[in-house]
Amino acid sequence: MKWRALAAMAAGVLCIAAASDPADRLPDPAQEARARHIMQDVRCLVCQNESIDDSEAELAGDLRRTVREQVKAGHSDADIKHYLVDRYGEFILLTPAFSWMNLLLWGGPFAVVALGAGLLVTRVRNRPGDAELSPEEAERVRRLSETDAA
Amino acid sequence: MIAEFGSFALILALAFAVAQFGLSAGARIRRSTVLAAAGEGAAVASFACVAIAFACLLHAFITSDFSVANVAQNSHTEKPLLYKVAGAWGSHEGSILLWCLILTGYGAAAATLGRGLPKGLKALMVATQGALGTVFLAYTVFASNPLARLVGDKMPVEGASLNPLLQDPALAIHPPFLYSGYVGMSVVFSLAVAALIEGRVDAAWARWVRPWALAAWSFLTVGITLGAFWAYYELGWGGWWFWDPVENASFMPWLMATALLHSAIVTEKRGALAGWSLFLALGAFTFSMLGAFLVRSGVLTSVHSFAVDPKRGVLLLIILGVTAGSGFTLFAWRAPKLAPGGVFAPVSRESALVLNNVLLAAATTAVMLGTLYPLIREALTGAAISVGPGFFNIAFAPLMAVLAIILPAGPLLAWKRGDLQGVGQRLWVAALIAVGCGLLTYAFVSPRKALGALGIAIGVWLITGAAVEILERTRAFRVPAADSWRRLTGLPRGAWGMTLAHLGLGVFVLGACFELGWKAEAAEALPLGGSLNVAGYHLTLETVGPVDGPNFDAERAMIRVSKDGKPVCTGEPDRRFYPAGGQTISGIALCYRGASHLYMVLGERRRTTAGTPVWLIRAYWNPWASLIFLGPVIMALGGLTSLSDRRMRLGVARKRKQEQPA
Repeated sequence: MKWRALAAMAAGVLCIAAASDPADRLPDPAQEARARHIMQDVRCLVCQNESIDDSEAELAGDLRRTVREQVKAGHSDADIKHYLVDRYGEFILLTPAFSWMNLLLWGGPFAVVALGAGLLVTRVRNRPGDAELSPEEAERVRRLSETDAA
Repeated sequence: MIAEFGSFALILALAFAVAQFGLSAGARIRRSTVLAAAGEGAAVASFACVAIAFACLLHAFITSDFSVANVAQNSHTEKPLLYKVAGAWGSHEGSILLWCLILTGYGAAAATLGRGLPKGLKALMVATQGALGTVFLAYTVFASNPLARLVGDKMPVEGASLNPLLQDPALAIHPPFLYSGYVGMSVVFSLAVAALIEGRVDAAWARWVRPWALAAWSFLTVGITLGAFWAYYELGWGGWWFWDPVENASFMPWLMATALLHSAIVTEKRGALAGWSLFLALGAFTFSMLGAFLVRSGVLTSVHSFAVDPKRGVLLLIILGVTAGSGFTLFAWRAPKLAPGGVFAPVSRESALVLNNVLLAAATTAVMLGTLYPLIREALTGAAISVGPGFFNIAFAPLMAVLAIILPAGPLLAWKRGDLQGVGQRLWVAALIAVGCGLLTYAFVSPRKALGALGIAIGVWLITGAAVEILERTRAFRVPAADSWRRLTGLPRGAWGMTLAHLGLGVFVLGACFELGWKAEAAEALPLGGSLNVAGYHLTLETVGPVDGPNFDAERAMIRVSKDGKPVCTGEPDRRFYPAGGQTISGIALCYRGASHLYMVLGERRRTTAGTPVWLIRAYWNPWASLIFLGPVIMALGGLTSLSDRRMRLGVARKRKQEQPA
């Protein structure tokens, strides 16, 4: 509990601006770009709906520091995201995982495409051909055209 | 006194809405023209009463009558007049009253304008509109009266003011446009309900639906664009769309309405897809109500959550459930009995439009799942997940890309049986230009981005496709120029409207892909005279000084921008403090370079270790960003052009029939 309060205080002093704050930047531009890319996909847990890349909240600053440290230590993107999910839950990633639990989410739109395409194909296949008119139909057409002419 | 008068007018409006429903329903049952006329009169009276109530609310805001609770919570004497007026719809109660005003307004318009409609269908439409009015006015009167006086507490000397983020010209007019779009779908909904009860959906029905759908769609397009533009220059992070639940809430009815506009063409011209058009007509208004519910209940956390009230959210959810529920139950009961429509070959304009609808339906599903899945997942498993831009980039963008690729072929295909080879012959030049532009972008724009280049190619393809469409209609280069010119001037407005809308989409895609692909960002803590570089521009912080705003204090920077040593422009971003609410807001500065923007933000002031003050300056280079907002404006213009087509005017069909000798 005590370290948290300390961390919050430190964050309050050090970090009020968003991810672009030059004071926090990693010296290696490639590493910084990679860190920023990860940050765009990490949710600021206390904000309304912002990534830690956009947020000016203190906790977002904390998470940014974590991400930068891990990038600096040479961890891969997947490792860093894994670490964040272990610590804060799936909620923290803005792109949901491809998992069975999210099957409906990821599969839904494509199921609609498949369903729609299927319906279109059946409809077009089963359309009645331009067959000859049956005698009754021919008779009706004749009668209709006569009424029109009159 | 005026506030009480307004509350009274509101109750009267509710009574008229009930009468409108009862009289019009009675008119249909008894086939009575007298009752029908009375119902239509009640619709106009209901609108007049809501208008009076709304005028009373405006009066309370303009005169800063803080004895009215809503004014005390959302206004302030020092606020500029525009934002006092906008404050009337900045709150939950006020925005619902605006909703009712527009709802009854559309109801009155439908009652007075729809003279060519069959009497039974029209009476049912006015009755449904009355039922909707009853529901929303009852909610306003009993649960959300914006004119209620403060109870118990003493009248405050000063109001709590409107959230400063909302004090912006674009956002002041954003809700009226957005609501005109949302609520415009109510007429479409009512027409669908009426047609389901009558059991008849034909070309004429589709023809009556189209002008309302077009008007609502155009308003919604403008409303969403205003919102995106506001987010772009007010929130200060340089983006314009975050796939936020509130943004999605407005986007879903737009996608549905877009699908409806296309499917209604098939129903009108070929009598096919009648059931599907009805489904979309019900869906468009359902998603509009869902949007209002999501935004107003705070059930989803959003960066744009303003005026949220979870308790009343339950009531809104009930309204949504009852209204949409009855609509779709009616659909499930009556739609299977509708006569099937015309047949068409696999390659035909019908097929192209069906494909358009399948893709738009899938896109709507993607946006809906992305917005609601976190709720579903949390309810089922208790685990919270987030769905952000990453999901939509994968699930939504490819669907739209496919849609855009097939789009230019659609208008060139013939009805019933199309000729793919002929379409290919007409479009190959356009395709060549598009692919060429994509390849050039890939080769010469650094850094090299394949997806960005693909997006540019698609944008160019849509624009050249729209051009080919006009050239085809005028038979340019194949008949003498004078002939082509005559054809061009004789083109129906509906054709221009469609081409404009498709062109606008291309312009938007071009802007969005360029901006997303090649935006650049720079940020530095600068002392006075310090500078930073972004995308070849050199920004120098000249001065920082205090500014006294009407209701804020600000620090304003003067940034000189130059390129290759030549001065380009100056930007004056500021950082405002609003004492009324205690918030600090960044006011950004835009420097327009052709269609591109240089976007400057003034951040907090700091001190270096040596003690000199420095300011955090952020700058973005947003290439072609103007096109992102210009594109939708062209689309909406297309909608309005199409709306002005003679064919769209109600009653035209009937007049023509009278003109013909029997």
